[in-house]
Amino acid sequence: MTAVWVATALLCLGTIGIKAAGPLLMGEHEPRGRWLAVIALLSPALLSSLIVYQTFSGHPDGLVVDARVAGAATAVAGALTRLPMFAVMVLAAGVTAAVRAIG
Amino acid sequence: MQRDPSLRDGMRAALPLILPVFVFGISFGVVAQPIVGGLAASVMSATVIAGAAQVAAVTVLDSGGGVAAAVVAGLLMNARFFPMALALAPALRGSRLRQLVEVQAAVDASFVLADQGDGTFSRGMLVGSWLPQTAAWVGGTVIGVLLGEVIPDPQRFGLDVVLPAFFITLLVRDVRTSGTRRTFAVMGLAIAITLALTPVAPAGMPVVVAAGAALLGLRR
Repeated sequence: MTAVWVATALLCLGTIGIKAAGPLLMGEHEPRGRWLAVIALLSPALLSSLIVYQTFSGHPDGLVVDARVAGAATAVAGALTRLPMFAVMVLAAGVTAAVRAIG
Repeated sequence: MQRDPSLRDGMRAALPLILPVFVFGISFGVVAQPIVGGLAASVMSATVIAGAAQVAAVTVLDSGGGVAAAVVAGLLMNARFFPMALALAPALRGSRLRQLVEVQAAVDASFVLADQGDGTFSRGMLVGSWLPQTAAWVGGTVIGVLLGEVIPDPQRFGLDVVLPAFFITLLVRDVRTSGTRRTFAVMGLAIAITLALTPVAPAGMPVVVAAGAALLGLRR
């Protein structure tokens, strides 16, 4: 049982440290020029990666194609046709649940 | 000139996230309770506040991997917060201590919501959108721990795609407002890196490396 509490404490401190490194390393520097372009591209890079990761990653690892793919495809179609965000989320869940129920 | 978004704007922007994060919290509570105990699962959610890292750590503990392996798995999952925190640093104001506290609000959704598209970030959106997400995450975990036995599997309702669906709407909106050919190149590279590394790299690592696709911005 102690192991869990040690792991929790280390995870908490480690995560705080990872985030704190940002302001500590940047100090008073203001990014400029091409670094601003890199920073502006971080969101699309992280989002693309997270979407693919959350859609295809297996448990605990490996690539898996399952009902999540149908849900994610539905979300892409919904977002491209400018459906409201909440509708996109509900539709994606519904399609995933339906494919799971069939499959 | 747009006014700088306030904490309240950030909280409003996070409203669509409350339900999916709450459900994600419930599923973490359900899964973690038999492995680490209900109290530890709840304390973990309230102190680590990073779903994917917690799932990774608990999974390792469950498979008998030991404390060190569990902590490394969780921190690898959270390593993506490092480039995010670097990017956010100039948006933080006040004393160094206050900056170190506020940067803790850097999670995936709050980072993207705070992004103003030009390399700058809104502190109000960052902190404001983090607050309701965190409340939903911790509350969901506690509910999952308490009701684990009677709650049906959230995956049956497809709830595991609700967060990716949210990210998809953010990405499409992002591309519509400020997408260039270079944005598509970065997205393609990030997706290729993620697909290539997911089968071979430890959990979380593919996303960290894929964030490096943003370095394409250095090219003129």
